[in-house]
Amino acid sequence: MTARGAESAGVGTVEGVETARQRFTGGMRVGAGLAVAAFVLAITFGATAKDQGWSALAAIGASVLIFSGSAQFTLLAALAGSGGAGPAVGAALLINGRFLPMGLAVGPSLSGGRFRRALQGQAVVDGSWVAAHLGGGRFDRWRMFGATIVQWPAWVAGTAIGVVGAPSADLVERLGLDVVFPAFFLVLLLDEMKPREARPARIALAALIGAVVAAALLWWVPAGIALLGATVGALAGLRTRTPAPNPPAEQPPAQQPTIAQPTIAQPTIAQPTIAQPPGAPAPGVQAPGEEARG
Amino acid sequence: MTLWLAIIAVAAGSFALKAAGPALLGDRELPPWSVGVIALLAPALLAALIVVEVLGRRWADLDWTVPVALAAVVVARLLKVPMLLAVLIGVLTAAALRALTG
Repeated sequence: MTARGAESAGVGTVEGVETARQRFTGGMRVGAGLAVAAFVLAITFGATAKDQGWSALAAIGASVLIFSGSAQFTLLAALAGSGGAGPAVGAALLINGRFLPMGLAVGPSLSGGRFRRALQGQAVVDGSWVAAHLGGGRFDRWRMFGATIVQWPAWVAGTAIGVVGAPSADLVERLGLDVVFPAFFLVLLLDEMKPREARPARIALAALIGAVVAAALLWWVPAGIALLGATVGALAGLRTRTPAPNPPAEQPPAQQPTIAQPTIAQPTIAQPTIAQPPGAPAPGVQAPGEEARG
Repeated sequence: MTLWLAIIAVAAGSFALKAAGPALLGDRELPPWSVGVIALLAPALLAALIVVEVLGRRWADLDWTVPVALAAVVVARLLKVPMLLAVLIGVLTAAALRALTG
């Protein structure tokens, strides 16, 4: 895929391999794709808000200030459900609860004092956060800034267009535009599956648990809470010790960081069995439920 | 007015949620045991995002053309088609299937 060039140099030495500017523009390139998806989604937001009697200014203001699709749609739906403003705000914030662990994750990759880091943390949005993930829990902050900075205007502009004159939901569906977001997330997920990390099986397991938990929760709770619940999938990483310094046992010979190879490792569900490293610690893969309790 | 208050409250709350992690951590590193978990947050969330987009609340949005379109995206990526083009292929696949099946 595009500019994850820094990874070949190893996670720890990203600084200096590419300049901040290069990483920023690399982020903007990925962000352009995310921005297209955000633009389309924002049009639906603007149109729906207008439908529900929000003023144009309120709809656009929400996109400018909140800049979070999931929270805005939740607020929209909850306010329409006439449960009052308090619960609506609560629901929207619960949905954005995922930004707490995501913020903790990027924390060490940011720079400056606490206040500065808090401001930099505002660049955390789903797509950018994933695009900036270098593997092993390290993030490229410049890449994240670049990816976010192009999405924000697209999000606001899309909302404005949606408020003024939205295509009908029917047209969006006929053009297949509703596929933009899942397709984009899928591309990013496939990217995560590249065996640049030592544990492709863990990654696949985490993805599998995340998907299953989300699917199950969706039956009972709104999407944002399902997303929050799906983060238990990450507990698949609990028993992994930090970058294992014993590659001989873990890695099959001739593992080159080629670009050709990663794409083989795609099939999400089939992978865990194939890629189980022979030298994996004996306890192996725990039942996710066990870990969740711990 | 209530609407604006709600919007501002959500905006402020989101700001706080995003700011909390980086501000609390400062320049400290995360404890080692958590690194493995943090590294897997992205794939877990991504898979969930896809599921959420495809299924919708109570699985009401499930539409067979979407999984097929997503399969086309996977194939495109296996063939090393660039990112955006792969997404476009997915969109066109869904549009074509819907046009064909009415």
